[in-house]
Amino acid sequence: MDQLRDANWVLSVGTFLPLAGVLVMLFIPKAEEQLNKAVALITALATLAVGVYTLTQFDYDQAGKMQFVAETNWISVIKSTYYIGLDGISLPLYFLSMVITVLVMIYSWNHIPSPGNPKAFLILMLVLQTGMAGTFIAQDLILFFVFFELVLLPMYFMIGVWGGENRQYASLKFFLYTMFGSALMLVAFLALFFKTGAESFAIPYLVENGGAIAKNTQVWIFAGMFIGFAVKVPMFPFHTWLPDAHTQAPTQGSVILAAILLKLGTYGFMRIAIPILPDAAVEWAPWIGLLAVIGIIYGALGCLAQSDMKRLIAFSSVAHMGFVMLGISTLTSFGMNAAVFGMVAHGLITGMLFFVAGSVKERYHTLEIARLSGLLKQVPKLGWILGFCAMASLGLPGLAGFWGEFPAILSAYNPAPGLSEEIFRVYMVIAALGTVFAAAYLLWLYQRTAFGEPNPEFTSHGHSDDHDEIHDVNMFEWIAWTPLLIAIVVFGVMPNLMFKIIDPAVATIVAGIGG
Amino acid sequence: MLSSLLAATPWTAPSVDYHGLAPEIVVALGLCVVLLVDLFLAERSKWLLASLAGFTLLGAFIPVLTLALDDAGVRSMFDGRYVIDDFSLILKGLFLLAGYVIVLLSTTYIEEGEYYQGEYWVLMLASILGMMMMTSSRDLVSVFVALEFLSIPAYMLAAWRKRDAKSNEAGVKYFLLGVFASAVMLYGMSLLYGVTNSTLLTDIGASISGDLTAVRILAIVFIVVGFAFKVSAVPFHTWAPDTYEGAPTPVTAFLSVASKAAGFVALVTVLYVAVPGGSDVWQPLIWVLAVLTMTVGNVLALRQTNVVRMLAYSSISQGGFILMPLAVAAEGGAGEAVLRSVVTYLIVYAATNLGTFAVILAVSRKTRSGEISSFGGLFSYAPGLGVVMTIFLGSLAGIPPLGGWIGKFSAFQAVLEAGTGWAYAIAVVGAVNSVVAFGYYGNVMREIWMRPAPDGDTTPIRTPAPLVLALSITTLATLALGVLPGVALHFGDLATFASGLGG
Repeated sequence: MDQLRDANWVLSVGTFLPLAGVLVMLFIPKAEEQLNKAVALITALATLAVGVYTLTQFDYDQAGKMQFVAETNWISVIKSTYYIGLDGISLPLYFLSMVITVLVMIYSWNHIPSPGNPKAFLILMLVLQTGMAGTFIAQDLILFFVFFELVLLPMYFMIGVWGGENRQYASLKFFLYTMFGSALMLVAFLALFFKTGAESFAIPYLVENGGAIAKNTQVWIFAGMFIGFAVKVPMFPFHTWLPDAHTQAPTQGSVILAAILLKLGTYGFMRIAIPILPDAAVEWAPWIGLLAVIGIIYGALGCLAQSDMKRLIAFSSVAHMGFVMLGISTLTSFGMNAAVFGMVAHGLITGMLFFVAGSVKERYHTLEIARLSGLLKQVPKLGWILGFCAMASLGLPGLAGFWGEFPAILSAYNPAPGLSEEIFRVYMVIAALGTVFAAAYLLWLYQRTAFGEPNPEFTSHGHSDDHDEIHDVNMFEWIAWTPLLIAIVVFGVMPNLMFKIIDPAVATIVAGIGG
Repeated sequence: MLSSLLAATPWTAPSVDYHGLAPEIVVALGLCVVLLVDLFLAERSKWLLASLAGFTLLGAFIPVLTLALDDAGVRSMFDGRYVIDDFSLILKGLFLLAGYVIVLLSTTYIEEGEYYQGEYWVLMLASILGMMMMTSSRDLVSVFVALEFLSIPAYMLAAWRKRDAKSNEAGVKYFLLGVFASAVMLYGMSLLYGVTNSTLLTDIGASISGDLTAVRILAIVFIVVGFAFKVSAVPFHTWAPDTYEGAPTPVTAFLSVASKAAGFVALVTVLYVAVPGGSDVWQPLIWVLAVLTMTVGNVLALRQTNVVRMLAYSSISQGGFILMPLAVAAEGGAGEAVLRSVVTYLIVYAATNLGTFAVILAVSRKTRSGEISSFGGLFSYAPGLGVVMTIFLGSLAGIPPLGGWIGKFSAFQAVLEAGTGWAYAIAVVGAVNSVVAFGYYGNVMREIWMRPAPDGDTTPIRTPAPLVLALSITTLATLALGVLPGVALHFGDLATFASGLGG
């Protein structure tokens, strides 16, 4: 145990380093745009370096245990401590958040959305990074709550200031939904605290003692947490903020939102709600599963009805997160493994799709599917990348998306003891149907946008006074995208790279539920 | 005649603990000095008075510190009618520091207006002195005297801009309703004295318990209602928006922070020391008041277009959050946590709300408008003010890691510690309200960040030095309290005082 504690500065540095960058940037004048960008990028790279160091120091044989644990006094009066640690579930998400931030920073080098002001934009992004990383390592409910909320304001401003036409509505909706969820979540946290003897907010302590709470009470406390996390995921019927937020957010915001922020919700279920309240989890699981499969079908149907590419991708997120939640709701090690893998895969793939959508928007000034066509002819590289991502997203074997979706469906065949097999097998069938829909909407999207002849209004033959800047993928895009594309293939071919980290940690959680 | 009276009642001089009274003495002396110096100052050197007032408050803070570091324990004077304990010292410190920030807010405003300066500072110091006395008063008479001492100068301050009809309206409304509230409270107090035969709060506390007669119930209800006026709880809030809008902005800051806090101090003192045995009466009453106050304040705030009026309703709603834990103060050993949450909330709220007013003062120097839309585009031409205003608004909305969250958090924590059905019900109401509140705080943020400047006027704002200092103090306090909430909570840890409720 002592060996594990030796390097316990790593997580704190990795989490708070971005704030150091923010501090430096506060003293750089707004007009020095390049300097601001450079400082932000260097900060993100340095953070990633700490993340890589964490990867190398992580003891993979003990991935089921909390590592790099640090615990010190924080708010002793209310018995909350600064208590952090990392296990096999946190590690992939923690690291992913750092990677995504770096890539988004690179992409931002020449893609600062209107109305400009890279200084403020990048500062918000660094604050976001701290909040995201912190949520994945917090081992104390109050600390978790603070990090969980820390991402709210930066994202609100990112959408509200740098977003599309309807940005003010979208940003407020995003904010109110999430805040409503977290207010009830906080009440649930406090109820949990008092029901376990008002001793501690530490997650390990609560996992140990939460099971002793009367089942009826557990169900109510779970309800509070459920709303908090389900809004974030978002699960049907709490999902309505997502399409607006995604459509209006700037590309960078969409990517971060899809790749990381949605995972805060599913992560919350796995780290907090289910292990601490096992009895309630068993009671709730069929309902969570039901909402998950409704989400899968509803998201897919929603996709088919969309005329805007970004909105379509947003609805596909609802469907994909449905698979993740279905995996979680089985309460089996198999399903939860699939869920964590699904979170990472969805982060990589949907993040990539939003990047592509952003670049299409930048070139064509529209995302209306009906007006786009012939991407493969006009911008072949971009067209191919879109095709690749669409394939990954629909769960083509050999790419990362498959390993999130397929095992999740399979796990529903055999849910944890105590759950009704019949119900979950019905869910399984419905979810499998969902994958067919997914293939339909993604291929249809691809067909309409990439095939055929380019729309004359965007070619030089048409009236092209301001469309001559339609060019193929540029260098910054290549740098930002390549790591994601490689990761999608690598994890698709060798899923065990991740499963072997996740599995021990998931096993610990499932063992706690105890069937 | 006189000699016979003196002979009839053998009189010994009470022992006065001068160290214990030092903060009050410093402020009282400073008040006299300001009054005298004002007489001999030429019009152009009146600025000295602001500095004098500021130094008086900072000077009075020194004995508060020495008293706090002193191990002598509770200092009690006049048979326990004037007590200096941790509770009173922390709140004295809060009033002095808040007063200092208000002096900073007022300096430029008062210099640039064409009204009397000396009197302004004298009244301000007098009101703060009253608040300090309130924290130590443990007797019905001294509670009442302190309350009037702090209120009467405040009535005059509200009407300070005497050639402005709105300011007159502010003063008159505040005065009439304030006096009415005092009368109701005084009536309750007289009933309480009648049934217990003592004005000493601890004596009253000892004799009010068990079954309550109708007179006792009436007394408690009257006193709570009287305080409800002072802390502008719904439905006794109607004076607040007009008074806040009409009064000079620094005075509004003063009323919404210091004066309100003093009302809560008095309420807490009476509830915890005098009538803990009557909790069956006042708990349901405060429960209803808190729910109404949070909800109505919020809903009305959503509809405001004037930023000061919006803050008036917001401050009503925040008052509801401070009341919320008091509604369950006597349940299941929650007394200590409730007291802690009230004190913590007052500290955090003071820092944040004063900061908000500092930004409003700075911005209105340029825009000369109180409309929310006048904040349009603030971030583009005054990014510093835009960011700190965002911090303050976020803190008022209770978003971690900004200060306000710990106030809300400790309030919820106290309520849930009580753990009764009523407690859970009010916690859910509070949770929903804290979300609704973002509707209007977010509205101002939206103006600052996402809307263009009105009339395209983007000349930068020159913020005078005292306002910069006030902004720095309040911003630092808001951030520090949010990240290290242990500090504020530690101040709220007042086990001895809470013992009345078996905390």
